[in-house]
Amino acid sequence: MRAWLPLFLRLCVLALLVAFLVSPQVFEPLLKPLTQNGAPAIYNQGSLLSLALQHLRTVAIATVAAIVVAVSLAILVTRPAGVEFLPLSRSLVNIGQTFPPVAVLALAVPAVGFGEKPTLIALFLYGLLPIFENALTGLTTTPANVVEAARGAGMTGWQRLLRVELPLSLPIILAGIRLSVVISLATATIGSTVAAKTLGEVIIAGLLSNNLAFVLQGGLIVAALAVLIYDALSALERMAARRMGQVSAE
Amino acid sequence: MAIRFDKLGVVIAAIAAYGAVVAPFATFRANRIVAGEPRSILEALPQWSGAALLAILGAAALVALLKTPLALRLAASVVVLTSLALLIGVAGAHLTPEGNSFARVSAASGFWLLIFAFTLLLADGLTRLQLSPVGRVAVLAVAAAAVWLLLASGAWNDLSLLKEYTNRADSFWNEASRHVTLALGSLVGAVAVGLPLGILCHRVDWLRDGVLNVLNIVQTIPSIALFGILIAPLGWVAANVPGAAAIGIRGIGVAPAFVALFLYSLLPVVANTVVGLAGVPRAANEAARGMGMTDWQRLRGVEFPLAFPVILTGIRIVLVQNIGLATIAALIGGGGFGVFVFQGVGQTAMDLVLLGAVPTVALAFAAAIILDAVIEMAAKGRPVAEAA
Repeated sequence: MRAWLPLFLRLCVLALLVAFLVSPQVFEPLLKPLTQNGAPAIYNQGSLLSLALQHLRTVAIATVAAIVVAVSLAILVTRPAGVEFLPLSRSLVNIGQTFPPVAVLALAVPAVGFGEKPTLIALFLYGLLPIFENALTGLTTTPANVVEAARGAGMTGWQRLLRVELPLSLPIILAGIRLSVVISLATATIGSTVAAKTLGEVIIAGLLSNNLAFVLQGGLIVAALAVLIYDALSALERMAARRMGQVSAE
Repeated sequence: MAIRFDKLGVVIAAIAAYGAVVAPFATFRANRIVAGEPRSILEALPQWSGAALLAILGAAALVALLKTPLALRLAASVVVLTSLALLIGVAGAHLTPEGNSFARVSAASGFWLLIFAFTLLLADGLTRLQLSPVGRVAVLAVAAAAVWLLLASGAWNDLSLLKEYTNRADSFWNEASRHVTLALGSLVGAVAVGLPLGILCHRVDWLRDGVLNVLNIVQTIPSIALFGILIAPLGWVAANVPGAAAIGIRGIGVAPAFVALFLYSLLPVVANTVVGLAGVPRAANEAARGMGMTDWQRLRGVEFPLAFPVILTGIRIVLVQNIGLATIAALIGGGGFGVFVFQGVGQTAMDLVLLGAVPTVALAFAAAIILDAVIEMAAKGRPVAEAA
């Protein structure tokens, strides 16, 4: 396959996505056959663009919080002072991943009420795990001789962490972030069952009024966002890996 | 002798102190959906047992706080968890006015924080014990038996959660079996299709990238959308294919839920089969070929057994994921525990949400522990490349 083809396809998806979000009416004839009894083909209870932006905002806030907490925790348990917590944090991560997102979401409602907050909590908790796991893997598999060399060069613990260990684990941490973002993008749609403003609203409106056009457009927008963000983060990861002189994992 | 603190113990003691003193232990509601009034440990429990619980908590927190032997820490966490489990039932009986069938008592944040703190202690102890796979399953079985005993004894009958259950005992077991059928059935389907597909992808290069790409994209479609999108084609099949409707294929309900879960399950199964087969050492394959094994014999006798642990890992991912995702089936009339979750969210009756969420979490958790144990036993003594 020629090298430019995947890039070209992605640009097409991006262009289509932007066009659909900015002026969905243009696509009405395409979706019209999916509706029955003259139901609207394009979501009409709010702007798709603003819903998409709110969706992305929710995912971004939750992911940034998850990155800060997960990476700090991973740093903590890989320092001599926190090494006691390492085995426990490993098994906690394993246990945490068995919690279904819907359950987390529903259980957060009594604590914080309906709306964006329970969604943020669910996305945060669920996003924490892949990032933490990868950060842990990255920080515990830094080659010992490199760390020794840094120590020999007179670097303090902080300097070693900031200038050797973290940069070396950056690609694998980024891989965790990518996984977490893609999961969050899909999970955020479930947030609309507890009244969060996300693209899930479109899908749920479609399910309730038996309007397939709504379900399809909501689902496809989220899928397109996920595919594009996944690819962008993969590219970032390859760049980071190249800078570290490592061969990319993929 | 200097007193030495356990670092994790400091965290546990801090959470426990907050949970015991500041946060409410139980919530009392005049009826099912009004706002609750918080009750502290001493208010929620009859005089002597409240004080006793505080004493037990204090002693256990001290055990956690100091550097103490592992056996003592495990014993302390088990004692605390057992007393919490028993006493929340006592609180239910104590707080419910005599003969009042509308009042609801449920566990509040303090109770959950205490459970969390001492589960941490227990988990830490169990992790340090480094139990064998069989040992871990045995611990799980003991815990399940203890919970069953508490349920059967009626100790929790005055709690709101159990009242919600009593009101829907029949439908609860219907939805439970529906939930398990959906999760397990789609897994069986995914293995039946995914294994051969994975083997094919391993052997046929050009097929691999295409199949894995398509399955990757399926995974990015949000679950509620995929459930919804399948309504139309299945509705069409039911209307136009003779006999389809008779075997239960319909646009809404179980059929689209089943198909959606099946589609989500394919990627982990196919991907892990491919990774597992790719990780079979070249030498083993060469040796088998040298012995004159046919392709089929090699697959059955060499490649498949060596790749088995990795394939099992894929199956574990699928099962845990399906148990969680099956809750969403309720949105399209597919049943399962999600029915209670979404009903509860709709009525703002949180104990109804718990009635759906707690069994789901418990099922997923049990499935993860059991399959992890199986994977570890299957992998024992087999030098197979680690898979993602």
